[in-house]
Formats: sequence, C-alpha cells, structure tokens
Amino acid sequence: MPEADPGKRPPLLSRWGPVLLLLAMGLLVVALGVGVVRQFSGGPTSGYSSAIGGPFTMTDQNGRTVTDESLKGRPYAIFFGFTRCPDVCPTTLSHMAAWRKQLGRDGDKFDVVFVSVDPEHDSQQGLASYLTLFDTPVTGLRGTPEQLAGIVKAYKVFYAKVPQAGGDYTIDHTASIYLMDSKGRFIGTIAYGEDQRTAVEKLQRLASS
Amino acid sequence: MKFPILAAIAPGLAIAPGLALALATAIPAPAIAQDFQVGKLSIQQPWARQTAVGQANGGAFMKIANSGKTADRLLSATSPVAGVVEVHTMSMEGGVMRMRAVPEGLPVPAGGTLELKPGGYHIMLIGLKSQLKPGDKVPLTLKFEKAGTVAVQVKIQPVSHGTGNSHAGS
Repeated sequence: MPEADPGKRPPLLSRWGPVLLLLAMGLLVVALGVGVVRQFSGGPTSGYSSAIGGPFTMTDQNGRTVTDESLKGRPYAIFFGFTRCPDVCPTTLSHMAAWRKQLGRDGDKFDVVFVSVDPEHDSQQGLASYLTLFDTPVTGLRGTPEQLAGIVKAYKVFYAKVPQAGGDYTIDHTASIYLMDSKGRFIGTIAYGEDQRTAVEKLQRLASS
Repeated sequence: MKFPILAAIAPGLAIAPGLALALATAIPAPAIAQDFQVGKLSIQQPWARQTAVGQANGGAFMKIANSGKTADRLLSATSPVAGVVEVHTMSMEGGVMRMRAVPEGLPVPAGGTLELKPGGYHIMLIGLKSQLKPGDKVPLTLKFEKAGTVAVQVKIQPVSHGTGNSHAGS
C-alpha cells in the first residue's frame, strides 16, 4: 500500500490528526464496552436490530430446514461461499477443520455453517458432496433466491455475480467468518487470513458463549 | 532435412498441445517429478487441490523461478482435465473476496520468482471432467511469452494442503 506523503498533509490535520484518531479510538472502546455490558447483562436486545444476524430459513445438505431459531442452543461460526470457488472457500473450510481439531473437545461445542451464495449451481447433492472433502462436520445451507436474499440481508454480507468470458460467472463474496453465540447473537468475526492463533482463541471463546 | 519424420511431427506438436500432453503422460515421469524446466524457467512443485465428486472447478498452484536476465510472463494454460483453464488473481477488499481472470498474464521477474499460492494467484481449472483425487497427477501445459510452452504434471494434494495448517499434515 502506498503511504501518503507526510509532506503534503495539511498542517492542521497533521497536528490534530493523532489526537482525533485517539479520540475516535476512545469513543469506539466506550461504544464497544457499552455493547458488551448490554450483551452480557441480558439487557434489551431490540436495540441490536442493526447488528449482524437475524431471521432466515434455508435448507441443509440433507434436505432439512434450518432457521436462525433451529441453530440456537449451540454457538455457531457461519460464513458464505460457493463450491466452485477454487481458493478462499476450501481454505477457510480447511482452516476450520484444523482449528476445531486444535481445540479438542471445545471444537465440538459449536457448529460450523457454510452458506452457498450460488444456489443456481450448488444443488443439495453438490453441496453434500463438497462438504465431505473437509475433515469436520459442516452444515451446508442453500435456498431459493429469496431465502438467500434473506440470510444475506440478515448477515449484511456482500456477494455479486461477476460475468466471465464464455458466459460463465464467478462470485465476489464476503470471506469473513461470523461468530454467533448460543442465543444467536453476533459476538465477532474471523477475517480471511487472520492470524491462526487469534482465530483459535476466538473459537475457544465461541465454544463457551 | 535430416529428420523428415521429426520435421513432420514438430508442427503438429506445436498446433496440438493435447497430443504433446498425451505423449508427456505416456512417458514415465523422472525421479524428481516435482520440477519442470523450460528455458530459464523452473516450474516448481505444481499442485492442485483435491475436489469433491461433481465439483466443477479446481485451483492449481506452483512456483515459477526465472534464472534468466529477462523477465517473462505466464500467459495462459491448458489441460485435458478441464474445459477451460484461466490464470487468476484473487484480492481481498473490505473483507470481500474478488477473483479475476488476468488475460494479460502474470509477470515472472528476471532473476525472481512468481508464486501461485492459496490466497493469491492461481490457475483455475474450470469445468473439470473428473474428480481430482489426492496422489493423482494431471497434465497441464503452461504458455510463457518468451520461454514458450511446457507440459508439467500437477500433483493433486489433500484439500488442507498449502493453507498453513501445520496440524493438518502435509
């Protein structure tokens, strides 16, 4: 990434920039703190309507209906992808299998949910076959375009079909993993390429959330 | 022409990489099967991820080292196992994965290395004709701007390969 030339920075910003940054960080910490306190005090959650997560109805790779309600009771790590994705999706799923193994028993205390953003190509059978590649149980979800739109909206993920030469397409999509506690509340993310140790620590917390 | 048969075959090989691949697969791979040479380029340990039954696409990865004094460029690739093969780049912007074909190819710097690896560049095998199984090898022909074409054998590796999971084995 090219860095901005400090010589060209406006003098006012260069003087107050760090202060403003600290102030912003301070506010963020306070806001997060309030959020955490509200989460753990079991306070009103209606204020979190803008948060990640929410109602959805999908079908898993075995044909069973899965909803946000049916997932409750156990924490889960949920992320989005498609079976024709050659790199990010298998990498994330492989990581998840390895991290779970590292966690031992705690690795079994949360579910792993993979949502296909390509229902056009990812049949129930195709999804089932794909998920057998990974050495860990994964709930694969697919749905109608409307159902997919619902879960995409709930998790505020981005995906977009990108036409390729020859009439085919690929899909740009959010690659982060969303961590949801046993009550279906959003507690954090694991970014693609995140430090593996940090990821395992986050999953450890997820297991007891 | 001293070798009329060779002279007759040579243009055929150039026109039909498929035939070259067929020949390449028929000849047993040398002991060090992981690396392949063309001109000043060394294609090191090409591998592709295993796929599931019915999975349409796969990704192949490798290192291409250039010991020469001129830069080269990986332009394209073909393989009999896939309908279409493309050279791709992958980027993350704001947590969103974006994958794009790079029709102009990828540079192999003079005296440097081009690395295709998970999370970065890859060769995408589109429309796989059969499942890629660990331990198998599939032919792939790479086309370089200056060094020309080279047929390599791509080893199929378990799905966790190259993802930096020391616990997943290698």
